[in-house]
Amino acid sequence: MEHYNMNLNLKVWRQKNSNTKGEFKMYRVENISSEMSFLEMFDVLNEKLIADGEEPIAFDHDCREGICGACSMYIDGKPHGPWHANTTCQLHMRAFKDGDTVVVEPWRANTFPVIKDLVVDRTAFDRIIQAGGYISVNTGNAVDGNALPINKDKADASFAAAMCIGCGACVAACKNSSAMLFLSAKVSHLALLPQGEPERHSRVLNMIDQMDKEGFGSCTNTGACEATCPKEISISNIAKLNQEYLCASLTSEK
Amino acid sequence: MFTSSIGRKLVMSFTGIFLVLFLIVHVSINACIFANDGGEMFNKAAHFMGANIVPRILEIGLFLGFILHIVQGYMLEAKNRKARSAKYAVSYGNKGSKWYSRSMALLGTLILIFLILHLSNFWLPNRASQGLSLSGEIDLYAKMKDTFSGHNPVTAITILVYVLGCAALGYHLAHGFQSAFRTIGVHNKRYNKMLTSIGYAFAIIVPLAFVMMPLCFHFGWIS
Repeated sequence: MEHYNMNLNLKVWRQKNSNTKGEFKMYRVENISSEMSFLEMFDVLNEKLIADGEEPIAFDHDCREGICGACSMYIDGKPHGPWHANTTCQLHMRAFKDGDTVVVEPWRANTFPVIKDLVVDRTAFDRIIQAGGYISVNTGNAVDGNALPINKDKADASFAAAMCIGCGACVAACKNSSAMLFLSAKVSHLALLPQGEPERHSRVLNMIDQMDKEGFGSCTNTGACEATCPKEISISNIAKLNQEYLCASLTSEK
Repeated sequence: MFTSSIGRKLVMSFTGIFLVLFLIVHVSINACIFANDGGEMFNKAAHFMGANIVPRILEIGLFLGFILHIVQGYMLEAKNRKARSAKYAVSYGNKGSKWYSRSMALLGTLILIFLILHLSNFWLPNRASQGLSLSGEIDLYAKMKDTFSGHNPVTAITILVYVLGCAALGYHLAHGFQSAFRTIGVHNKRYNKMLTSIGYAFAIIVPLAFVMMPLCFHFGWIS
């Protein structure tokens, strides 16, 4: 595709902190290269704002290569923007045309309160992980790579679930602000492996308990999460989670 | 177990499947009117349901199933709405999800409105005439004919509510049928596809059979 430059109008959510009311502000960016990433375009805008003595726009970012899950912008009605299976940092400006108006909002969910501008507090996800999204192992030498045979299909399914980067796009896209796709990826990933077996039941019960405490909505299987997930986590993980939960509830004494 | 978010979904799913089973019984009995024998077959079937102690006792379970499904549904909808107080300026829309999958509460409300009218049309007068006894039923075929065949505003509104109710039921089932099985934990891709197809077929055939009943009486397609 040919390289081109564009001018854009940006409608960006500005909010000083979690206690103040935010509002949209219009910005104009000029001479943006089609080869830039969406975040680089924001860098250009922020440079200009700083030069003009204005407060730059706060946004989350870290690796900028689509694997850390830090970036989190709701662009034109879709988390991470218009491209399929993509993060905001990997969204390139060639997704837009000269003269476009782009609306940028933070993730909207009461469990993800806005800290500043486009930055939201996603520690609710951390607390869900702390409730059971791990395995307990003894420290010491690492075990030989292939000492523990694992069925190829299960290893693949587990790996597909482990792709989840915990960015929260599923919550942002869901009409119920449900965290079920995230949680189901974490539960499936470990439930499919022998290493996850000892804590299999307590894990799902504790993680669901924590999810409910945080105040996420419940899943109604609409499929919006799967369609927006940058890592293409399948909604069938949610059915798997339901099964894990049902089995754990019926058989464990907790 | 049934108080957690998944537990409450399980309640929706189990009661939903129970109500689907009820629909099969209901549509089968009502389809007897299509025998076009002046209601003889239909009234026999209706008599079996109304004048037999077993269906009368099971009816209480049916009401419980309905109430659980409706109350739990509204409670979940309220909780889900509360989870996002600040709305988006640009809504997510139809990307990856169907409008009816996101409108289950609205569709359910339409069905509830229809249900109230429907019960007051047939079930209430019949049970009022019976009391607690197993006899004294009214002629339900004649009642159907009476309710649907007139050419006046009341009949027109009744038929409109029935048509809307059946359409809402169709869309509610189109999502609800397969969603119920996902909630129970069916995650085999082949079975999910199969259940989705069965769900669509069910969601078309059953409401269509139901909606044909008032229409047939109204337009005199059955005598």
